[in-house]
Amino acid sequence: MTSSDPVLEIRDLRVAFHGPRRSLRGGRTITQAVDGVSLDIQPQEILALVGESGSGKSTVARCVLGLVQPQEGTITYEGRALGPIDKRPAELQRAVQMVFQDPGSSLNPRMTVGSIIREAWKVHPAVAPSGERRETMRELLAAVGLDEGVAARRPTALSGGQRQRVSIARALALRPRLLVCDEAVSALDVSVQSQILRLLVELQRTRELSILFITHDLAVVRQIADRVAVMRKGELVESTTAEQLFTNPTHRYTQGLLRAAYDLEGAVEVTFEEAREQIS
Amino acid sequence: MTEKPLSTVAASGSPASGAGAAPAPGAPLLQVEDLEVVLSTGSVTGRVIDGVSFGVGAGRTTGLIGESGSGKTMSAMSIVRLLPDGAETSGRIVWRSQNLLDAPRRRIREVRGREIGVIFQDPLAALNPIQPIGKQVGEILRRGGMARQDVHARVLELLGRAGIPDPEQRVDVYPHELSGGLRQRVMIAMALAGEPQLIIADEPTTALDVTTQARILRLLADLRHQEGLAMLLVSHDLRVMAHVADEVVVMYAGRVAERGPAREVLERPRHPYTRALANNVPAVSTKTAIAEPLQGAPANPFDRPSGCAFHPRCPLAVERCRTEKPELREVEPGRFSACHRATEVAP
Repeated sequence: MTSSDPVLEIRDLRVAFHGPRRSLRGGRTITQAVDGVSLDIQPQEILALVGESGSGKSTVARCVLGLVQPQEGTITYEGRALGPIDKRPAELQRAVQMVFQDPGSSLNPRMTVGSIIREAWKVHPAVAPSGERRETMRELLAAVGLDEGVAARRPTALSGGQRQRVSIARALALRPRLLVCDEAVSALDVSVQSQILRLLVELQRTRELSILFITHDLAVVRQIADRVAVMRKGELVESTTAEQLFTNPTHRYTQGLLRAAYDLEGAVEVTFEEAREQIS
Repeated sequence: MTEKPLSTVAASGSPASGAGAAPAPGAPLLQVEDLEVVLSTGSVTGRVIDGVSFGVGAGRTTGLIGESGSGKTMSAMSIVRLLPDGAETSGRIVWRSQNLLDAPRRRIREVRGREIGVIFQDPLAALNPIQPIGKQVGEILRRGGMARQDVHARVLELLGRAGIPDPEQRVDVYPHELSGGLRQRVMIAMALAGEPQLIIADEPTTALDVTTQARILRLLADLRHQEGLAMLLVSHDLRVMAHVADEVVVMYAGRVAERGPAREVLERPRHPYTRALANNVPAVSTKTAIAEPLQGAPANPFDRPSGCAFHPRCPLAVERCRTEKPELREVEPGRFSACHRATEVAP
């Protein structure tokens, strides 16, 4: 494999769900959540997938993780097909890991941090031989900025930032190559958000990770992403380098999104006419 | 935010029934003085709100900024007595020359919804899932004593004022059939139903998409400019505050860290905590480096650090900060900071 081969290739992905009623009198409709999306993630790249709620960005993530089965299209990891999670060979299960938005609900409150992390090794014992687990645990917690003592505590005894560090540690426990982060910093306090962003960028460098970073926060995207893909209503409207997207967006929707976003200083432009169309 | 001329008063606005003449713009409408809330949860008891004072001027927007545990929501909800069981309050909450903390329950029910409207963060949790939205708005009107035959027209008018397109088509739909933005508009319509003079809005745009956020903020600004509504806006989002609030109150661990005109406070903070928050807001218009983060997590108001509650995370902390609690003082005209080293805080 040459360095330019993508880690992950998504080709013409299509996912449909039975949706809620779209009109007041209409019957149940089929919602095309993802409608022909193709994306590549390069080694050690942070690709941001942005879009509003209902754009299909989280569905793409779930397909990559094997939690949702697409009707059409393929997802390959280093050239090997990624099927449903339970049909993936062990090394492919390990290679792609997830960090969720809300560590409060994605970590079992009855387990200690140590047992949450060790749980991953029960499924994949080869990753951490039993004689080395204590040391590996210490390294892992240190890598995400936690004291060893945290291993004995329960998630409920930790702050939001510490919990998100635990869920990152749990994902890293299996030595993945690709991390899927779904709104991983959105629920955190502002003063903690920067801590976690710094950690993710540092881990991406030191552990040579690729990251699929799903978010609605364009300002965060601008800080960390190498490339950005913009989704709207199941389709990819624009996919380019972060630099290009923010300085010279070509699609009208992207231009609208950037206009609707605003900074701490300066004026707000609320002339986003497309938002009117989106009212459903 | 685009400034709207005050003359474009909405024709639809019906006169506030029995609310009396509105005070002049800027005159204090609500005054919270030295508010304390002691909360007991199981084994722990703590003074989670510790001496908080702020005001909302008529037709003005005051923003309460803070992170989790800062007490911003609890301070706001104290006003309409929406607090967890076991909460004990002291201090004064002066609303139309009456201390609401002494007022009987009956009076609070009258204030809540009619004189002060409340918008919650999560409309899906605040709305009744098994009742059409029009009925929920109408119920407030009927309880307010409106004649049955007038309710329907008024519901349509309120939904329209909250920016819901085609109210006739939507009056019979259920909350789950609406998008997040439209649900929040239903909440706004309900808050407007009592013709309040003040709206308390708790994170009204946090759960919404960027484009929807912008439109809801625009609506709130329009209501304020066209109808002279005062607002107490609770949010952790400094970007929202910078654009919507006139004055901001920055809270940390149940105390006021800093208070003053919104733009000045956010662009030229006089408290190291505000400065850290402002520096941690990334920009869209330019690429910024990830800010130097504060160490640690927001202080727990049940177990507040000694002296200045912010001292363990503060880059300017000195010995005095560990031992002596800084009082909120005027550090320049109109600017208040509870920091021993307020004059040394550089942007």
